[in-house]
Amino acid sequence: MDTQLSIIPTDQDKTERIDIRSKDRMTDLRPGKKMEPLKDHRDEPGATIGEPFVEDPRMTCRDVNVYYGNKRAIRNVSVDIAGNEVISMIGPSGCGKSTFIRCLNRMNDTIEGCRVTGEITLDGMDIYDKHVDVVPLRAQVGMVFQKPNPFPKSIFDNVAYGPKIHGLSRSRLELDEIVESSLKKAGLWKEVKDQLDQPGTSLSGGQQQRLCIARAIAVGPEVILMDEPCSALDPIATGRIEDLIHELRRQFSIVIVTHSMQQAARVSQRTAYFHLGNLIEVGQTDQVFTSPRHRLTQDYITGRIG
Amino acid sequence: MTKHFDRELEKLKKKILSLSALVEERVYLAIKAIESRDPDLAERIIRSDHEIDEIEVEVEEECLKILALYQPVAVDLRLIVTVIKINNDLERIGDEAVNIAERIQSIAKRSTYSFHFDYTEMAEIAAAMLKQSLDALVNLDIDTAFRVLTLDDEVDDIQSKAYSQIKKAMGEHPEEMTYLINLYLISRHLERIADHATNIAEEVIYLIEGEIIRHGNYL
Repeated sequence: MDTQLSIIPTDQDKTERIDIRSKDRMTDLRPGKKMEPLKDHRDEPGATIGEPFVEDPRMTCRDVNVYYGNKRAIRNVSVDIAGNEVISMIGPSGCGKSTFIRCLNRMNDTIEGCRVTGEITLDGMDIYDKHVDVVPLRAQVGMVFQKPNPFPKSIFDNVAYGPKIHGLSRSRLELDEIVESSLKKAGLWKEVKDQLDQPGTSLSGGQQQRLCIARAIAVGPEVILMDEPCSALDPIATGRIEDLIHELRRQFSIVIVTHSMQQAARVSQRTAYFHLGNLIEVGQTDQVFTSPRHRLTQDYITGRIG
Repeated sequence: MTKHFDRELEKLKKKILSLSALVEERVYLAIKAIESRDPDLAERIIRSDHEIDEIEVEVEEECLKILALYQPVAVDLRLIVTVIKINNDLERIGDEAVNIAERIQSIAKRSTYSFHFDYTEMAEIAAAMLKQSLDALVNLDIDTAFRVLTLDDEVDDIQSKAYSQIKKAMGEHPEEMTYLINLYLISRHLERIADHATNIAEEVIYLIEGEIIRHGNYL
């Protein structure tokens, strides 16, 4: 046992010792004992670490690959989306997170040369089955985009359009109810109830985004996909959307793509980290942001790659 | 942004390391004062405590600034939290060195006593624990950190030995009661230093592993 008192520095060599310590040691404070080693992205990646699967999933994705022509943009991604949860997808630009969530309501079908393999189910049903009609699918799995994109119609019609074409209301009265309850759930009712006939585009950016959320809610979805829903909004409007996400979780599953790490930390229960088309790590959000298990995750969230 | 942030972290690390070197030195002086019962040395320890207090405040302010400006996550967040806690432990160790110095001052007034307890071993272990816990921090060495935890029991054993022997001496020499109380309190202060060193080791383990092992969870 090393109990020599003489090891303790005297006044004289104290300063010298501080110098040695701060220069040569403790320079790389990135403990890595529990970290997975860095993998070269050209290698076939190992399985996603963490907890990609849940007990009672609303959606399941198994070995999903997405190709744009010959380029493979998503590599063997397997993950579950649970009911009543917010799962955030983070990762550097081009990592495939947007491509991935666009698979969840077959938005990629519209892109030429895009091919999706693997299996994605919603409530046990394969959404890529050839008998599946994508129109009701996209009502069940709604989407909110980066920039608010209200239709060039009145506020009322923006929300009423979906229920109308999906035949969700039998009377004007029912339609009114759907519009009102959707706007209420989107936290917009109080602000617009006296101007429902005004164009949707007359609202502020944050209000427009909530209008788009109301539009997605109106057709009774199970899952709402949000692709950077706050990136065009100021902090106040962002705060309102985030509060809204918390509220909506009671009723829906929400998948949110975000470039704001703080936002992912604030709104989601689980976080998934994508890197170059691979799903690297999925875990409880608090765990991912305090003790990520993969070095790539850590490097990204601490701002050391990106 | 990252470059700025890394520079801030580097500055913080340097500051906590210079604080630890300062505190280690104070403990060393306090142990020397126990051996020599030198009231002048004790006085020097007491007078210089404000230096430690000042650095402690600086480190804390630095941590708060980094939290507010950079919102660190993962290992960076754990580092800041660890530094805040170790900072606190170091300052308290400095206080214990002052406490020892005060005991020495009251003991040193008389030169001959009928009873003496040899604190050399206890002081050596406590100082070694402090040194090793700080080495574990510097080198991010989890094995050294765990070793510190095992040493704490030895310190506790010596303290209970001191307790029973000094209690017996109190019965035999009640006229030296004040001295004996002071003598016993030295063991209490050394034991506290060992406890704070244990805390530092536990915090280093948290920094490395991301797991809180306090309250005996490591067994």
